[in-house]
Amino acid sequence: MRFGRTLRTLPTLLRVGVAETVAYRAEFLVWILTTTLPLVMLGLWTKVAEEKPFAGYTAAGFTAYYLSNLIVRNLTGSWVAWQVSEEIRLGSMSMRLLRPLHPMIAFAMSHLAAVPFRTVVVLPIAVILLVSSGASALTTEPLQLAMLLPSLVLAWVLTFTMMFMLGCFAFFMTKSMSLLSLYFLLFSLLSGYLLPIPLLPWWIRDVAEVLPFRFMLSAPIELMTRSLPGRELAALLAGQLAWAIAMLVLSLWAFRRGVRRFEAVGG
Amino acid sequence: MIRARDLKKHFKVHKRPPGFVSAMRSLVRRRYEVVKAIDGVTFTIERGERVGFLGPNGAGKTTTLKVLSGLLHPTSGEIEVEGFVPFRRQTKFLEAITLVMGQKSQLIWDLPPSETYAMNRAVFDVPHAEFKQTLAELTELLDLGPLLDKPTRQLSLGERMKCELAAALLHRPTTLFLDEPTIGLDVAMQVAIRDFIRSYNQKHDATVLLTSHYMDDVVALCPRIIVIDAGALVHDGDLRQLIKTMDPDKRVTFTVTAVVAEDEITRLGALLLRDGQRITLKVPEREIATVVGHLLGVLKVADLAIEDPPLEEILRVMFGKSREARDSELPPASEATGS
Repeated sequence: MRFGRTLRTLPTLLRVGVAETVAYRAEFLVWILTTTLPLVMLGLWTKVAEEKPFAGYTAAGFTAYYLSNLIVRNLTGSWVAWQVSEEIRLGSMSMRLLRPLHPMIAFAMSHLAAVPFRTVVVLPIAVILLVSSGASALTTEPLQLAMLLPSLVLAWVLTFTMMFMLGCFAFFMTKSMSLLSLYFLLFSLLSGYLLPIPLLPWWIRDVAEVLPFRFMLSAPIELMTRSLPGRELAALLAGQLAWAIAMLVLSLWAFRRGVRRFEAVGG
Repeated sequence: MIRARDLKKHFKVHKRPPGFVSAMRSLVRRRYEVVKAIDGVTFTIERGERVGFLGPNGAGKTTTLKVLSGLLHPTSGEIEVEGFVPFRRQTKFLEAITLVMGQKSQLIWDLPPSETYAMNRAVFDVPHAEFKQTLAELTELLDLGPLLDKPTRQLSLGERMKCELAAALLHRPTTLFLDEPTIGLDVAMQVAIRDFIRSYNQKHDATVLLTSHYMDDVVALCPRIIVIDAGALVHDGDLRQLIKTMDPDKRVTFTVTAVVAEDEITRLGALLLRDGQRITLKVPEREIATVVGHLLGVLKVADLAIEDPPLEEILRVMFGKSREARDSELPPASEATGS
């Protein structure tokens, strides 16, 4: 019954989320701008691979990689950690706790509502990708293309729950946002955001293969830009699914533990 | 019904003296203090009662409301609100209560209140027809018509507070925790909010537990008051009885119309205030008839009013007494612990 009830709330939450995204359009555009780091990396690496391929990547390969990177990051990125942390720190989380709906669902709906707007930003990048030299480095495997949407969904869930959990650290630490700097450092290095994972030194690569960061960003990019044998494809998706479930459980646990310590500051 | 038995909520607070050296020292060794925000409070409030919850700043009023509404886990003790244990935050419990905090907003800042209402309707699973009816009622009672579609950020404090109340009551809760619901509002708006709370209480037989720094709110709304100080219960009972017990003398205020010698006035009662021709005397209740007769008959005064002593005065005396009692006890209310 509760599940059905939660389902019934979703359309309204999405509608309000869309209204919020429109109201916060300046903030939204600034956030989009912060995701353009791959363009800088694209300029750097295509220069490196201009004359001959670098570690197996041609200039077209780098173009495909970084434009795909930009698309995936825009569709799956999340800033919920800052929102959750701020609401805990200032006590406004109280208002969410008074509603019979898990705050994670409310935040998720508000973030999902932004996806159509992000798609509008992503479409021109996709067009550029398809008309640029990068198109030649994109996969044409039907199975991989079919798996792209599920992979993006799992990347979104994993990123969102990871960020939600990081936000929950504010229940336990006063200035938990310093953790986010550490997180972003690890994410940039180990997710394929700064450079493709195969370019990392072997010992970092081995670690990156198993940590969640790869499944948050690199996995959909790999589906778009590499030809993956069936077993590798299955392993990639299974890894995404496993981490998404694990992070969902972990973030819900962190929230539950945190609420027990919540001080609901402010009158 | 609300029931609290030996309720305690203690917080561990990091303490350090000001200055660079102590800041550096606190990096290595932190000192914590246990603050007893609520320290063994017991009370029961029956369905439909309106109770004022009073105490000086930091007495533990808001903390108690937060524990009762399920936002905070108590350190120990038993609590029950409408048959539920609040901190479990079961759906039925959250549907039965509401908490309005004058200094916290549940309205979505950049959207009109109507969007928050739509969201609350969905979240509290209020049927559309019932929602329409309740919103229409609240709109009329609180005069919300022109405010519903204005972005919240453009509303004045008073307008926002009215919209907050509506958002908090759309699901028709039967227990209302109101924390400073009239803070910062002008007198007319305070009266409007008070009237609204009273009519909601009567119409829905709702239980109201109210904190306010405006004693007029409490006097106008709450037949019963619970007073806490430093986390402990100081008084629980009828408001008028409290006033009678603490200070049985009446306040007689009048305006003299001719020159009157001061000793002629002070022999009628203790002079509390003289502001030009306006005078306030403190008079024992049994002498009221004689004094009033003299004032009207002999001194020919105008604008005569007889009132109970102001609640603020009563509370000041009460808090002073409880502080003295506390100071004479050892150890103090908080204890330092190292880590």
